[in-house]
Amino acid sequence: MTIAQNLSRRTFLAGSAAATGGLSLGFHVPFAQAQDAATTPEINAWVVIKPDETVVVRVARVEMGQGTLTGLAQLVAEELDADWSKVTTEYPTPGQNVARKRIWGDFQTAGSRGIRGSEDYMRKGAVAARMMLVQAAANEWKVPVGEITTAKGVITHKGSNRTTTYGKVAVAASKLEAPKDVKLRDPKDWTIAGKSVKRLDTAEKLNGKQIYSIDLKLPGMLNAAIKETPYPGGKVKSFDAAKIEKMPGVKKVMQLEDTAVVVVADTWWRAKNALDALEIVWDEGPNASVSSASIAAMLKEGLDAKEAFVGNKAGDVDAALAGAAKKIEAVYSYPYQHHMTMEPMNATAQWTPEKCMVWTATQNAEAALATAVEAAGLPLDKCDVTRLNLGGGFGRRSSSHDFVKQAVLIAKEMPGTPVKLIWSREQDVLHGTFHPTTQCKLVGGLDEKGNVTALRMRISGQSILAALRPQALVNGRDPAQFQGLNAEGPEGQFGYEIPNVLFDHAMRNPPFRPGFWRGVNNNQNAIYLECFVDEMAHAAGQDPLEFRRKMMAKFPKHLAVLNTVAEKAGWGKPAAPGVYRGLAQHMGYGSYVAACAEVSVSDAGELKIHRIVASTDCGHVVNPQQVAAQIEGSFAYGLSALLFGEMTAKNGRMEQENFDTYEVVRMEHMPAVESYPIPSGGFWGGVGEPTIFVAAPAVLNAIFAATGKRIRAVPLKNSDLRKA
Amino acid sequence: MARLNINGKIHDVEVEPDTPLLWVLREQVGLTGTKYGCGVAACGACSVHVDGVVTRTCTMPVSSFTAEQKIVTIEGLSPDVSHPIQKAWLDLDVPQCGYCQSGQIMAAAALLAANPNPSDADINAEMSNICRCGTYNRIRAAIKQAADTTKRG
Repeated sequence: MTIAQNLSRRTFLAGSAAATGGLSLGFHVPFAQAQDAATTPEINAWVVIKPDETVVVRVARVEMGQGTLTGLAQLVAEELDADWSKVTTEYPTPGQNVARKRIWGDFQTAGSRGIRGSEDYMRKGAVAARMMLVQAAANEWKVPVGEITTAKGVITHKGSNRTTTYGKVAVAASKLEAPKDVKLRDPKDWTIAGKSVKRLDTAEKLNGKQIYSIDLKLPGMLNAAIKETPYPGGKVKSFDAAKIEKMPGVKKVMQLEDTAVVVVADTWWRAKNALDALEIVWDEGPNASVSSASIAAMLKEGLDAKEAFVGNKAGDVDAALAGAAKKIEAVYSYPYQHHMTMEPMNATAQWTPEKCMVWTATQNAEAALATAVEAAGLPLDKCDVTRLNLGGGFGRRSSSHDFVKQAVLIAKEMPGTPVKLIWSREQDVLHGTFHPTTQCKLVGGLDEKGNVTALRMRISGQSILAALRPQALVNGRDPAQFQGLNAEGPEGQFGYEIPNVLFDHAMRNPPFRPGFWRGVNNNQNAIYLECFVDEMAHAAGQDPLEFRRKMMAKFPKHLAVLNTVAEKAGWGKPAAPGVYRGLAQHMGYGSYVAACAEVSVSDAGELKIHRIVASTDCGHVVNPQQVAAQIEGSFAYGLSALLFGEMTAKNGRMEQENFDTYEVVRMEHMPAVESYPIPSGGFWGGVGEPTIFVAAPAVLNAIFAATGKRIRAVPLKNSDLRKA
Repeated sequence: MARLNINGKIHDVEVEPDTPLLWVLREQVGLTGTKYGCGVAACGACSVHVDGVVTRTCTMPVSSFTAEQKIVTIEGLSPDVSHPIQKAWLDLDVPQCGYCQSGQIMAAAALLAANPNPSDADINAEMSNICRCGTYNRIRAAIKQAADTTKRG
């Protein structure tokens, strides 16, 4: 990956040399590539081929660990007939995108869209590039294009026994008109895509050379630490800057807007140290009495409120419930949770009255640019954002670019000086965009044979869109609240046939800011639905797999992943002594996922998750070993949420501030994971998020099987799992 | 003023004595491979070797080190990514975002040096660094692979 295309080469090299005291951090290599790519004419916006045969694939999406960069490069190399060993990637900047009328499209890397949202235009761009390279060779040789073949970056005309290479004809190809009709290869014929090639970006993650946003160093750069009020709606009341202004390295102590205090120093440690030494008095604002209990009460009221936004309605659920042979009811809850990216939020900004440059780790560089433009008070074409590597994203780095805004506002106070703002972990935890909290009341009706005749699902709680993108609400309703519960649609269809359903949402918005959190609303919706389906199965006295299957005849893709995990896990056959199984299935981000978890619970109530068997139908698999990596990682993330994930509020602020009070899954908790992708073709589903949905409900259902205890509140650390 | 032996080289740094070694490495010495994750020694992203022992540096003041102690960071683990742990990491494509991996690799290298044949229980006990991408199963497999190749010599 190349970076820093906006810097002059000399400045950047001087900067990295100064930063390292003469040690090479490897900046010069990728940067030299960027320079070459900039001076080599592109074949088109996605493909640059250099004289040394290097194929530079330009990627709008960002790599944050999920493997998108490698996957998209595979798809381009496939259609291009490139030599995979010569393929590298590069990020255009959002400023370049704007200047070229958004030729690279949307930069957002969220919603598991990294590959499925880019595969079509990137593959077509690669086909077009290959056709132009072939045409250039045909022109030179004066032979028909139909007689020319390509393989591994080599162009061959068999009739005249001539060969050339992409690098040799790239300049001529770049001058040709782009073809209008491009035909994509049938995935059945893939030789690079669809294969478990190694990631392109591993080597520098093994020796400390990879530069993350937090590692950037520029000449003359200062460092900033920030403390924002932990009280939503609160303000800075007072602080005595003079107390710390004389501390070592401190350059500036300032209030930022109404809500934060910033220390700028020569090093970040000195800035943070000085800020920690400063006593700040906060005006706690209008929400000072908010607590987890008051939020829970607010949500509980919504469970039976008269008004609610309808997401899925069929038949007459009230009549069906009234006439049901058996009626069961349950209330579930899901807490606030934190993204806990390993790299805290940070951004570097340099502002002058003429221009503003930002360097940061973002999941949406265009949104980062928009934020920077607004904060800088400069025209769009005078600002740009260079993307640096992300130490995790998980939705935090797309939910809000508050850290970019702050970095620019700070830099604006020190014109010309680059300032790197790093959030301490404590600032990061307190100012998350939290997984929203919800509760859910479910009522199910069964007939005499134990068939589900009605399902009523009332969700009460916080809307992400209402807080972050109110323009996306539809007459006040948040459509994203119903992820995986929709009657139809390619993103996330409810996978059971039930004649009478009513799923609705009573929007209750506590003051803590919510955000998109890997999996988003699917996470709680899948728990509510899949655990309650399990409850209904037990109420009906039926096997949870057979009970589901009866309702899934019209949903063959949902059923196929469920059947796969059941078969691979050995559902119906005895597990090891003391080991119990639980199932879950769900659809989201265009993919079908299912899991079968195997757990045991000791007499002391200790949970051990032995194995999880997972299946995914994501349409197409571009890199099997990376899909497996995403499935494993999704369980780590989803099980962190289930076992430990909880932000609690007290006296108007969150109580957790760091990993010592916000535990996550570590090696010792991680189960064996077996994944069975069953890509059925004909569509493109996401991979980075979907498996998370089924992690928690599969384990919760297994815990019920093991203990007879139905746990309806996340996280499990608050529950006694000893047998009922 | 502190004198430190980092990756076999002596560094004299002008810094307040209570500055954590992590920030000396990152800001004074310019070795940014060692990461800041929590600042309270809870996540392990800042792990280095001090005389071969894996050490979380975000809470260790620079004044607690002497020039006789050999500090090795991820940049100094091998000259060319040739440590068996690094090779196994590359072979199994362990990293996702990679931010925690410097610390994971340093912890794994120390584990292997102390215990050439770690069991699953040993790995669980010694590998307590946090990875939010969830690379744990590949880390486990890579440690075992590195142990095998080291044994074969």
